[in-house]
Amino acid sequence: MIEKTQATAPGIRPGTAPDGLDARLVVDRGVFRLDVSLTVAPGEVVALLGPNGAGKTTALRALAGLTPLTDGHLRLDGTALERTPPESRPVGVVFQDYLLFPHLTALDNVAFGPRCQGASKAVARARAAAWLERMGLAAHAGAKPRKLSGGQAQRVALARALATHPRLLLLDEPLAALDARTRLEVRAQLRRHLAEFEAVAVLVTHDPLDAMVLADRLVVVEHGEVVQEGAPSHIARHPRTDYIAQLVGLNLYRGEADGHTVRLEAGPALTTTDDLSGPVFVAFPPSAVTLYREPPAGSSARNHWRCEVAGLETHGDQIRADLSGELPLAADLTTVAAAELDLHPGAEVWAAVKAAQTHAYPV
Amino acid sequence: MTRADRSDAATETLRGGPRRRRVRTGAVGRGVPLPLLVPALIGLAFLIVPLVALLVRAPWRSMPEQLTSADVWQALQLSLVCATAATAVCLVLGVPLAWLLARVEFPGRGLVRALVTLPLVLPPVVGGVALLMALGRNGVVGRWLDAWFGITLPFTTAGVVVAEAFVAMPFLVISVEGTLRAADPRYEEAATTLGASRFTAFRRVTLPLIAPGIAAGAVLAWARALGEFGATITFAGNFPGRTQTMPLAVYLALQSDPEAAVALSLVLLAVSVAVLAGLRDRWMSAG
Repeated sequence: MIEKTQATAPGIRPGTAPDGLDARLVVDRGVFRLDVSLTVAPGEVVALLGPNGAGKTTALRALAGLTPLTDGHLRLDGTALERTPPESRPVGVVFQDYLLFPHLTALDNVAFGPRCQGASKAVARARAAAWLERMGLAAHAGAKPRKLSGGQAQRVALARALATHPRLLLLDEPLAALDARTRLEVRAQLRRHLAEFEAVAVLVTHDPLDAMVLADRLVVVEHGEVVQEGAPSHIARHPRTDYIAQLVGLNLYRGEADGHTVRLEAGPALTTTDDLSGPVFVAFPPSAVTLYREPPAGSSARNHWRCEVAGLETHGDQIRADLSGELPLAADLTTVAAAELDLHPGAEVWAAVKAAQTHAYPV
Repeated sequence: MTRADRSDAATETLRGGPRRRRVRTGAVGRGVPLPLLVPALIGLAFLIVPLVALLVRAPWRSMPEQLTSADVWQALQLSLVCATAATAVCLVLGVPLAWLLARVEFPGRGLVRALVTLPLVLPPVVGGVALLMALGRNGVVGRWLDAWFGITLPFTTAGVVVAEAFVAMPFLVISVEGTLRAADPRYEEAATTLGASRFTAFRRVTLPLIAPGIAAGAVLAWARALGEFGATITFAGNFPGRTQTMPLAVYLALQSDPEAAVALSLVLLAVSVAVLAGLRDRWMSAG
């Protein structure tokens, strides 16, 4: 697969074991089976992206040693870790709701790791203070977790995880517990800290924006399996499943290409500017769809289908129309256009897409 | 009823039930059906009248000399020392037991939990007899204690502590296990990922988090140990200065000197009220 080869670059130096993470995580729970392979180079940030229940958190727990592997392997900087208990793994975890110890101050929370690694109380505290300073939290060192804001707690959690000098940093939905406004700010800070981190970082999220902003590479997990991986921009342009297409806001179809015509599995044929043959994906953004009340005879669009409005959703000053019919698709239009077309659930419309705005690529 | 329910029920009772839920809708009794109101009031009187009677019949005039007599002091001192020692034993053994029941999956856990609770419902006298069979000079374990270490427990002060701990431990275990189950085990996981062994995680994270539950359990166990009668008299006997605790002294005094019995009872009542007050103010409201 093209995106795999171009994205993965484990730091293999001649004569040394490969640095970074090399894992195949298999966790079998009978009704659910996780089987995910991950290769991450030092300094790289990888996001496991997927819907709820896809197995992302299980994968993270397996990396941390909190959930035992049924099968597979886990090597970090050349050292096998499958049998290493969690307390002996060079792994730091930022949990979804941070799990800061409520009875300890921010400083002692961060000093907890160094203390467990054998540092004296004074040394551990000095190290913790340096981390808090770096996170811009020196003023809150003496505060108990419940006195911290969401963004501050997130940074304390990050400092606590980093204070043990992990070779693998795991972040479970690092921004999920924050409100929308703090999120923006914390996301930017987190991106900066992750960029500075020299070892392997793996984060789990169901939010495509978080994943695309924070990670160098995305690994999309569905039903316990990797369905696609690659650079965020690549995945956004070439989604391989409905889930990813919906995430990045694209209409995605599978079909059989013959030159510029693609016979879609959904039924109708579609004309594209790409010249391909064999099984392909065709994608186009909802904004490329134009809607008409009458068959668009005079339109230059060569792809048009009769549809029925199944639902309408407002996004800012845009309306996203969910269309069913010959070809189920999503269309974006302005509120003015929607009013002119008298769109309402059940209304019959014609949808058209210009060939130039579609994008076909091999499966 | 599950274990947690039971300990909740226990703390709820101590807290004085759900607070401020009064039925005060205009005229007294309006809206409250008589078949419920009458037994309720009789029940209330049944619980309160004996305590009031104790206060009414107290020999207030001779009280000072009653309470300053050497015998009373001796019994009171012995009671406090033994109850405290028994609570310490309960803490040292009971907290780990509660952790085991709450955090470790093992076959027969339900059965073990039932066995732990048994002393709670067992008649204390039976407990005393059972202790004699186990730790008596010819008991299953006591024989070896005697032969190898020269330790005899029955009819000694240490025996009092053993009897009290036996009866009081379930209170502590149930209370602590309930708190542990309510506490988020992921804090222990977080500690583990920071390099803490399971024991360090327990000591530095779990223990501080469940401290209120441990304190409440310890007070319950202490109060139970302080009032313990049946198991103590069966296993440790009734020797003044050695095994005669306050409840035993009260019982004995009732035969010869009822006034003294009432005075001693008042002391125990005062201690109980103090325990209740302490629980309410310190831990119960915080928890």
